[in-house]
Amino acid sequence: MEPINTMKRREAISNSNLLLLIAAVIFVLMYGIAMLCYPRSFFQYQTFFDLFSLNAALIIITLGETIVMIGGGIDISIGAVTGLVTMCCAVYLESGNGSVGGSILLALGIGIAFGIMQGFLIAYLEIQPFIITLAGMFLANGLLTTIHKDPLNVTMPHFVKLRDAVIVIPWLGTMNRLGNFIPVEIKPGALVVVVLIIILSVFLHWSRFGRNLYAVGGNSQSALMLGINVKRTKFFSFVLCGLLSGIAGFVFIMTTGAGNVGNASGFEMKAIAGSIIGGTMLTGGVGNPIGSPIGALTLLTINELIRAAGINSNFQAIASGLLLCLFIVLQNSVLWLRRTGGFKLKGIPNLH
Amino acid sequence: MNKMKIWNYQAFLPLLVLAVLILINLLKGADYFSISIINGAIYGNIPNILFGASELVILAIGMTLVTSSSGGQDISVGVAATITSSVFVRVVLNAHEVTLMTVVGAFLVSCLVGIAIGAFNGTLVAIFNVQPMVATLILFTAGRSIAFLIDGRLSPILANRITNQIGSVIPGVPVQTPILLTVVFIILFSILLKITNLKLYAQCVGINQKAARLNGINPVIVKLLTYIILGVCSAVAGFIAVTKAGRHDSVNLLRFVEMDAILAVAIGGNALSGGKFSITGSVIGAYTIEVLNRTLLRLEVGTETIKAFKAVFIIILMILASPVARGTAAKAVQWIRARCTGIVRLPASEKAEASEGSEVDLSVEKEV
Repeated sequence: MEPINTMKRREAISNSNLLLLIAAVIFVLMYGIAMLCYPRSFFQYQTFFDLFSLNAALIIITLGETIVMIGGGIDISIGAVTGLVTMCCAVYLESGNGSVGGSILLALGIGIAFGIMQGFLIAYLEIQPFIITLAGMFLANGLLTTIHKDPLNVTMPHFVKLRDAVIVIPWLGTMNRLGNFIPVEIKPGALVVVVLIIILSVFLHWSRFGRNLYAVGGNSQSALMLGINVKRTKFFSFVLCGLLSGIAGFVFIMTTGAGNVGNASGFEMKAIAGSIIGGTMLTGGVGNPIGSPIGALTLLTINELIRAAGINSNFQAIASGLLLCLFIVLQNSVLWLRRTGGFKLKGIPNLH
Repeated sequence: MNKMKIWNYQAFLPLLVLAVLILINLLKGADYFSISIINGAIYGNIPNILFGASELVILAIGMTLVTSSSGGQDISVGVAATITSSVFVRVVLNAHEVTLMTVVGAFLVSCLVGIAIGAFNGTLVAIFNVQPMVATLILFTAGRSIAFLIDGRLSPILANRITNQIGSVIPGVPVQTPILLTVVFIILFSILLKITNLKLYAQCVGINQKAARLNGINPVIVKLLTYIILGVCSAVAGFIAVTKAGRHDSVNLLRFVEMDAILAVAIGGNALSGGKFSITGSVIGAYTIEVLNRTLLRLEVGTETIKAFKAVFIIILMILASPVARGTAAKAVQWIRARCTGIVRLPASEKAEASEGSEVDLSVEKEV
């Protein structure tokens, strides 16, 4: 082969970044279409920030899922754990002697406990992640309904203050019809999301754990040969994921202010879908903590778009499915083309 | 040596669990096996279990095949069954007069839909090399809405004699019809595996795709075929579920059954990463799950707590089945023995004997 060609490929962007680029382009396109079709709602800054504020928990869960998926595992208990955390916090806050700080600790504790349990079973006992996290999902669901079955609205004054807190950005905003200036308001949850995204992308790219995680997910055998502690890396990826689901649980209850059996149910699949659209691959080793929130936002934008268009809500799910299908085929075609060396299509297709 | 063979037999663990569960049931009440005859059909605990698990067994069989060939799981089986059954209901309700022929025709149409769904998932997995779970996530997301659109309204009701009889009892036949259908399905499937090379090919592709290709097996065709078979399985399961319920609830029909089906495959001792499989194990696994559910109900565990108990049960089972845990247990037992008897070195064959942690522990205590 021509050496120049291989040189070129080595300098080209990595798969993670390519998939991230695709996700970002699609998100911008999607939002552009939304703005063109419904300028009245989508041209407002508030709509954009609401996507963050109201779906902060989902985005945090997506981050957790991404970490596990980069490490080559999968976690389907994450939505149920988040739901459990919201209910525990609600019960604790309503018990009369609860405090906001205590509930934060409780949330993190439950998340980490689940993470440690699942991580130990998966990493050190080498049981399949799917089954263990499925059991974790059942466990969290069962505990949730055991603790409290009915919706529980938190009325503690300190918490209500936190729930209703908004951060006003005075220099961004829109004029309403009367000519009054309305500044943009964001919830504290959105701030948590932004901070977490920054911390995690720094952590995954420049820390030893982050690099180990990519190596283990890409090929655990060669990571072992390189002297990386594969088991510990996998274990910590699950612990981190548990921690993030704890945070997500607290953010969820901070946004809605109530514990409910249906809280965050079905989030695990949304998180997986968001991660995939954001360029994470289930095979491991490829992914980006910036891409996943973009993936989740793409899905949310589609739902908003359908809601704005006033179509039957059943089409939301169908459109999400179609988008997912499009992405999966696109990703795999792009990766396949790269693997087979540029855009030559002859020869035996690479089967692995 | 004989003991070692029994412990290493794939279906040993699920059978043991099944035995333990039945023992618990017998301790709770000795009338567990009692059978009563109402209107000429047999009812009781065991027939109820067979009745309740029928869809799960059928889905677990298809799931085993898919797991083996593609090394991944299909999480859209419940949704696929909902879509196929919605088509079935649609065709039956559109007919002027419901005869046996219309029901059979509608069932065949729903099978065609199942084949189409299987082909869709299979194409993504086999040709585009997408991870099975990701590929089936598409239908998982969109499927129930599609079923609702096919229904056109919330839960259409199947009110006619023939489908009711298929869902419960045909007069003159002493066994509930879903049980019969399941048995027929299992027999047909085992004949299929006996007379064709499907099992061998699926295992080959699952173990090493490249080697299979070099040996003249086309992995794409084999994978596609397993997904299509799973599609047919979902159609059959959907048919049974909807005739049992008598109405088509597109939101709740066979909800979470995909998780149970995957669990059945794992409990049956099959590796979820593909390769060798045993259909018998999966079938036993599926019945074990149903027995577990009913045992918890019988023990008067609250419905809200059942899931937590189930989770603990699964985790214990998976730890028992894990090779690493077994190895550690064997080492621990060896260490204890060495301490107690003063024998430092043990022959290597002793390791296998210690594969079942708890029971060996008991024997050690006796020696002490």
